[in-house]
Amino acid sequence: MLVSYNWLKNYVDLGEITPEELAEKITKSGIEVEGVEYVAEESADVVIGYVASCEKHPDADKLNLCQVNVGEETLQIVCGAPNVEQGQKVAVAKPGAKLPGGIKIKRVKLRGVESNGMICSLQELGMDEKYIPSQFADGIFVFPEDAPVGESVNTYLNLDDAVLELDVLANRADAMSMLGVAYEVAAILGEDVNLPEESVTFSEDESAEDYISVNVDAKDLNPYYGAFLIKDVEIKPSPLWMRNYLMAAGIRPINNVVDITNYVLMEYGQPLHAFDYDRFNSKEILVRRAVEGEKIVTLDDQERTLTSDMLVITNGSVPTAIAGVMGGANTEVVEGTKTVLLEAAYFEGSSIRKTVKETGLRSESSSRFEKGVDPNRVKKAGLRACQLLQQYANGKVLTGVAEHDDLDKAEKVVSVITDAINERLGTEITDSELGDIFQRLQFSFDQNENSFTIHVPTRRKDITIFEDMVEEVARIYGYDKLPYTLPQGSNQAGALTGRQLVKRRIKRFMQGAGLMETLTYSLTNEKSVKQLMSPEVKAQNPVPVSLSLPMSEDRKYLRLSILPELLKTLSYNEARNQSDLAYYELGSVFISDETLLTKQPKEQLRLAAALTGKWTEQPWQQEKKEVDFFVAKGIIEGLFNFLNLEVTFKPAKLDNMHHGRTAVIELNENTVGFVGQIHPTLAKELDLRETYVMEVNIDSLLSAFNNVPSYEDIPRYPAVTRDIAFILDKETLAGEVKQKIKEAGAPLVNSVQIFDLYEGANLPEGKKSIAYRLLYQDPNKTLKDEEVDASYERIIETINSEFGAYVRS
Amino acid sequence: MKEQLEAIRVEALERIAEVEDIKTLQDIRITYLGKKGSLTSVLKGMGKLSKEERPVVGEIANKVRDAITTSLEAKIEVLENAALEKQLEAESIDVTLPGRPVKVGGPHLLTSIVEEIEDLFIGMGYEIKEGPEVETDYFNFEALNLPKNHPARDMQDTFYITNELLLRTHTSPVQARTMREYKGIKPFKMICPGKVYRRDNDDATHSHQFTQIEGLYVDKNVRMSDLKGTLDTFAKKMFGEDRSIRLRPSFFPFTEPSVEMDISCKVCNGEGCSVCKGTGWIEILGGGMVHPNVLEMAGYDPQVYSGFAFGMGPERIAMLKYGVNDIRTFYTNDVRFLKQYHQA
Repeated sequence: MLVSYNWLKNYVDLGEITPEELAEKITKSGIEVEGVEYVAEESADVVIGYVASCEKHPDADKLNLCQVNVGEETLQIVCGAPNVEQGQKVAVAKPGAKLPGGIKIKRVKLRGVESNGMICSLQELGMDEKYIPSQFADGIFVFPEDAPVGESVNTYLNLDDAVLELDVLANRADAMSMLGVAYEVAAILGEDVNLPEESVTFSEDESAEDYISVNVDAKDLNPYYGAFLIKDVEIKPSPLWMRNYLMAAGIRPINNVVDITNYVLMEYGQPLHAFDYDRFNSKEILVRRAVEGEKIVTLDDQERTLTSDMLVITNGSVPTAIAGVMGGANTEVVEGTKTVLLEAAYFEGSSIRKTVKETGLRSESSSRFEKGVDPNRVKKAGLRACQLLQQYANGKVLTGVAEHDDLDKAEKVVSVITDAINERLGTEITDSELGDIFQRLQFSFDQNENSFTIHVPTRRKDITIFEDMVEEVARIYGYDKLPYTLPQGSNQAGALTGRQLVKRRIKRFMQGAGLMETLTYSLTNEKSVKQLMSPEVKAQNPVPVSLSLPMSEDRKYLRLSILPELLKTLSYNEARNQSDLAYYELGSVFISDETLLTKQPKEQLRLAAALTGKWTEQPWQQEKKEVDFFVAKGIIEGLFNFLNLEVTFKPAKLDNMHHGRTAVIELNENTVGFVGQIHPTLAKELDLRETYVMEVNIDSLLSAFNNVPSYEDIPRYPAVTRDIAFILDKETLAGEVKQKIKEAGAPLVNSVQIFDLYEGANLPEGKKSIAYRLLYQDPNKTLKDEEVDASYERIIETINSEFGAYVRS
Repeated sequence: MKEQLEAIRVEALERIAEVEDIKTLQDIRITYLGKKGSLTSVLKGMGKLSKEERPVVGEIANKVRDAITTSLEAKIEVLENAALEKQLEAESIDVTLPGRPVKVGGPHLLTSIVEEIEDLFIGMGYEIKEGPEVETDYFNFEALNLPKNHPARDMQDTFYITNELLLRTHTSPVQARTMREYKGIKPFKMICPGKVYRRDNDDATHSHQFTQIEGLYVDKNVRMSDLKGTLDTFAKKMFGEDRSIRLRPSFFPFTEPSVEMDISCKVCNGEGCSVCKGTGWIEILGGGMVHPNVLEMAGYDPQVYSGFAFGMGPERIAMLKYGVNDIRTFYTNDVRFLKQYHQA
């Protein structure tokens, strides 16, 4: 809502307060003023002048030579505007004048003729082009005949006006009008409100009802419809002051009838609509729901197809307006209009809201209906417009109003007790202070000591309950005067839950391991959403969850894996010559198997990591280590070690992954994730080099995790180590052999470590040698050599029979 | 014999003093103290001495042996130290060469901020709650006093999945869920951080995905001054003790009265500058007293219970606190950005 400071002065005495100070006060009391702008930068030495004569320039076809009287003197000015004429009153920038944009006017010679100033257009005076009336858009501005010659144009054109831009939120529909803002400002400043004139001299001989009747079919959506009739109107420009105010409020002046409906819209917050009665073609107004598929050409010359949700004004047969949204072209007020049918109506916000959504037509009118207009101002606004039409369009207002009225105009009553307000606010406001606040708000009330019964004016639809009144009191009393206290109620200990704690520890581990945390988008595109799903996610046959109305194809699906978007961040960095990346992210994926979602998808917390480039480098020692499978696996093993969870890795062939360098991760025989190199084809597509990724289901890990491990005695007896190297087939998996060693060596073998891999000379073709270090430990006694030997032999036998392996001597 | 012994002592000590290597020292030991050494030979002649002389000479002989031994050992230590010194000298390196690098990871700036805020409120007795990112229309809107077709729904452009399911537009549904969890009887304090989504075009100040943290306190006799005191404590801890706060009335469907909180601008100290658009204040969060409809729908009797709620955006806080000037920076994950906040 744009509020003209000068316009506002008509309703409230603003005294000496500057627009900026006023803006600050309004903001602090609850309606944020987003900015204060001046209609134009002030121009110095620009005055109203009279064009005494206007002749063609002797040497230039397109220039005119004018003698312009500016009061004390007459200036010779060369003017290029196409619309300059003798007898006009115009804006003259005298020599030495300064115009917005830093232009300085000097005496010059144009094509050999002296020119002592400039006749200005509104653009040149700094007005925003989009508000300038069309007849002056391409030339100089022409003042009304009664404009006083020699007077500064600043005041006369309202150029010195300040416009406050109010950010009116959904609850304060009342502040969508000058009167509403006036009430607000009056309450803040402790001033009175001067209401505008609504008295109309009706033309007694005829009444509106002789010309029109009102019938409302859709009473639920249209509880009030009033039709006024104004005859013999003269279409012409509206008075300059009205045009000035409208332009300041961001509305382009058109003609007096349209300007008056817009002026009252801004003044009362009540949208009005003027029909050309002679083109209405009927003596009946019928308000009804549109018939599905019905069509209307609106004021903007667009043909609109209507739905049965929409409300239309008809002449009994065809639609003449989409109620509260936009009028029809067929009944528009035009140059030759003589009789105006003026609508002042109340349309339900919910219906208007739907119509706006479906048609995409949002206007000053619709936005007010959507938020709700004041039921007690509907008819008054109509009368105010009639009064202005009488005054500025020489119209004859017919007696009465044709109307349908079952609008609830009753005031809400809210009761409050001073103590209850103080309890809620933590204040010590007295009864008399409270009464004073209600008075400033111009709420009428009955007081019985500390108990108030308040009649809330219908303009303040937002106030219906005690809490609303608490806010009114608080904001007029001043939020800045509320004391600072801390909660005194029941105390509880604040702490992270076990799950939250482990989540933090996982992050710490990953960071300590040298990975940077990232945050990527949960929404991705169709191609990516199916990529790099962990096998246990894929096994659930998930259907990607998609938005019904995405902003772009790129952000349409909820991710099933963190990796595709994470890999894109690697590409982003590579493209900027940032290599050697180690990233991780902890976040949700969204799993559902429904094609048409009926319930929320399962949100699973997953940990993803992606690594590429060098893992470590120390150039002066010629050392560097590229990221490889075992770097990636080491991180994931480290994490599980850290959490005291034992997992196993099994080779796997997964889509988009390197078939020979990928493993699934199993925890208690359930797949919980995977690790490996992304397929070179995918890497190439993403402009990445060799890149390794992993993804793990953290939810399943958290449920297996023991937050409070129980104590185990530190072994008091010495451990015995034995090394053993097996010659194995190349295809035999070292991990499987290790697992068998553990099983065969149980319970004495405490741990098994692989410490050497050898392939090559001295070994038969197709064989490899892997060395294991076994740690024997008995918690209760010192082990005897014979016991260890026996176990050792058993292990060799087992491995020999299971894998055909033999000991390398 | 006495003279002989004295001569040996003098000669031996002189030789020891002159020696520069351990090998020669060992030769000296053998020469004087060895089985065939000169001191040993002298002592062999002791038998010829009288009974009275024997102990006297014996004592002298022992003293000479001790003197030589002590001197030998001292010299060995000197020479060993010198040798070690020489070795260390030879081993010296250029300590200004770079060390073996440790891979340095770090948290995302938003994680740091969220955890800082979590810890701050944990210290004030709040628990941390979480909720789903795909929400029902009911919990995202209706339970928060935003029925279907409520004009305030326009304040938030929503990503719908179906008519009833959507990406949550704020973390407020977690408030509604927590109140139901505590069944309308238990007083509680909680904050809920998480990802939220709005149907916005990404630009320097808008992101279709961002982070939010909301707080909620429900109890008997909760006052608006408690909200003011709590937010003031938060602002001072988060932005510095020298910051002041300002509350302004605002509107949210789920609170009444509603507030918007500004903190005094750090750049200009409230004087007015380009960062605060000349106002001296920077908008930081919204909140208010929980609307009675919200309490009632969740089973808390608004005649008995009241509460306050507040919500803030960690991105905005990060932008203000660290001067990050484009919200997209948080999600592009440029490694040069991430590295700036290792320590945060």
